[in-house]
Amino acid sequence: MRQIAFYGKGGIGKSTTSQNTIAALSELQRVMIVGCDPKADSTRLMLHTKAQTTILSLAAERGAVEDIELDEVLLTGYNNVRCVESGGPEPGVGCAGRGIITAINFLEEEGAYEDLDLVSYDVLGDVVCGGFAMPIREGKAQEIYIVTSGEMMAMYAANNIARGILKYAQSGGVRLGGLICNSRKVDKEIELIEALADRLGTKMIHYVPRDNVVQRAELRRMTVIEYEPEHSQAYEYRALAEKIANNKDLVIPTPITMDELEELLVEYGFMDSDAEYQKVLEADKTGASV
Amino acid sequence: MTTVDQNKELIKEVLDAYPEKAAKRRSKHLGVREEEKSDCGVKSNKKSVPGVMTTRGCAYAGAKGVVWGPVKDMIHISHGPVGCGYYSWSGRRNYYVGTTGVDTFGTMQFTSDFQERDIVFGGDKKLKKLIDELEILFPLSQGTTIESECPVGLIGDDIEAVARQKAEETKKPVVPVRCEGFRGVSQSLGHHIANDTVRDWVLPKADEYRKLPEGFESSPYDVNIIGDYNIGGDAWPSRMLLEAIGLRVISQFSGDGSFNETVMTPLAKLNLIHCYRSMNYICRHMEEKYGIGWLEYNFFGPTQIAKSLRKIAAQFDETIQANAEKVIAEYQKDMDAIVEQYRPRLEGKTVMMMVGGLRPRHVIPAFEDLGMKVIGTGYEFGHNDDYKRTADYVKEGTIIYDDVSGHEFEEFAKQLNPDLIAAGIKEKYVFQKMALPFRQMHSWDYSGPYHGYHGFAVFARDMDLAINNPTWSLIENPWAAK
Repeated sequence: MRQIAFYGKGGIGKSTTSQNTIAALSELQRVMIVGCDPKADSTRLMLHTKAQTTILSLAAERGAVEDIELDEVLLTGYNNVRCVESGGPEPGVGCAGRGIITAINFLEEEGAYEDLDLVSYDVLGDVVCGGFAMPIREGKAQEIYIVTSGEMMAMYAANNIARGILKYAQSGGVRLGGLICNSRKVDKEIELIEALADRLGTKMIHYVPRDNVVQRAELRRMTVIEYEPEHSQAYEYRALAEKIANNKDLVIPTPITMDELEELLVEYGFMDSDAEYQKVLEADKTGASV
Repeated sequence: MTTVDQNKELIKEVLDAYPEKAAKRRSKHLGVREEEKSDCGVKSNKKSVPGVMTTRGCAYAGAKGVVWGPVKDMIHISHGPVGCGYYSWSGRRNYYVGTTGVDTFGTMQFTSDFQERDIVFGGDKKLKKLIDELEILFPLSQGTTIESECPVGLIGDDIEAVARQKAEETKKPVVPVRCEGFRGVSQSLGHHIANDTVRDWVLPKADEYRKLPEGFESSPYDVNIIGDYNIGGDAWPSRMLLEAIGLRVISQFSGDGSFNETVMTPLAKLNLIHCYRSMNYICRHMEEKYGIGWLEYNFFGPTQIAKSLRKIAAQFDETIQANAEKVIAEYQKDMDAIVEQYRPRLEGKTVMMMVGGLRPRHVIPAFEDLGMKVIGTGYEFGHNDDYKRTADYVKEGTIIYDDVSGHEFEEFAKQLNPDLIAAGIKEKYVFQKMALPFRQMHSWDYSGPYHGYHGFAVFARDMDLAINNPTWSLIENPWAAK
């Protein structure tokens, strides 16, 4: 059984990408999705629901995780994909990180990992604390896919996640499987992400083009694979799924410094160099004095 | 070789066992008293060296166990998982008068008993429910303090908001105390945090909360006893003496004290502070805010009692001063009898001490009244001002150890071979197995009181019982047996 995890900046389309990819993977393998986000939106396209009952909300209602049964929280969605959400507190209270630890421990103890080829964790935003690193700690996800785009903040986040992976690569066995570029139709996006992947010691495993069919499917709480299985976008996800299924190129990432990242952005014309910046400032000043 | 040189040599030997870095750090906390110096020459209030055995507690211990815990008619909630409250339950022997479970709660233990879901979803709701239930179960409680344990600080619960809401609803004080154990280097920060909550949450509303005793009229002789926690009943003989010289004690904060006494404190003319370390903060605040002066006193042993009574009386008029002389003279005969009885049995015996707050210095004269010599002393969590004050108490050559480690204390004891070790429960059995007589100086070894003239009688008897117990002649210490 392989265990993979999707990480990436919040709002990058991580849950959508991961669910579409998993739907495609389910045509090849027996899969389980573990949502690790208090918002609990990692399985809605599989289950056609707003949000499924989460481990932690049910545990809170009953008293403790010991009071719930696995089949109450482990549901079967599209194409027999097993779906579970950790859930967590409302924003601003408690400890979501601890919630993820609790939820994953519960799944392990209850035998949720039996009869599976692949488990996929969908993790919220950045690795902000130890709890959110739970899926990449020893014995959990062994390969990480970072969803990113050519936008600056998404790349910052990707580099940060690579740093988290590096930390646990040394103590556990986690490796970086590659970057998934979820296109935002930014100029020179492919070149930029490939360059970033190169610096991080990995590769851009797939470039997912932007297509409105994704939104149309999502409105119906479906993946593209289910909604329009023959659409070209569905084949993009199938291609990504196949690459993940056959991926042998797992690396310990080599995260770069902020300076290096900014140099990269300058190189690809996203940011100007300090010299350019000074020139523009000068121009503004002269303009103002005239 | 002088004692000073010998003991400096001994410190070097003891430090030899450490790795270089640890030795360097610990060397600053060990010293020998030299008369010409103004302090004890040791550093203090620093993080303990990782890997050594230290006896220190945490901020929660300081706030709940020491400062707030003894306020007898309030409910003190250990907010967090069950262990902190359970394993510190009733450890301090703060005696009090009252009907436990009805109007006083000192020996009871209240905890929010955090479960996994309280961590994940936050514990504020549970805390509110707990306070509501306590209000139904114990309607005579005069208020609540919330002592937060470590996880509460990690998950960022808003206990202040809960406190404000519940104070409003119950019309009683609810005091949030942010004493998470990971804060600071020892329990000392917990004392400070607790003092600050008195300043910020209690005293500003003192007028509103205060219930004046019927017919209460302010007098120029009103004083507070601050920082006597009534261990084994210590505050009682102290209060008797103050009353005997004509003063009126309007508040004991916090030993055997009530919440009302806490809010009576601003009405006093003088704060008499017993444990300077844990309560100086609130005394300084009251001095600044209300202009109430404060005075540190020492009621251990007849010499210091007389000195302190005179010092206190000097703050008042001639009547009080005359009263003080009368009281001192009155007890002199009893004291002489005690010294006559025990001194021959204890003369020349040596003691090594290691305690908390004030005792490493304040108890020294009581031993000396019995003809004993303190050859080593140190604080668990003292600060520089404690060691400065200690300089007035200790003799040339006394070895001084701050936050002493297990290794250091044992080695010092082996080399100096004192007749008595006076420290805490963690040290007790180690030294008894080394065939050394031992007295616990935190809890008075289930005895007490030791304060005041009455306390000295108990103190003298206990030291005699420990040192001259025939058991010690039947066993040999392990290194002498070799």
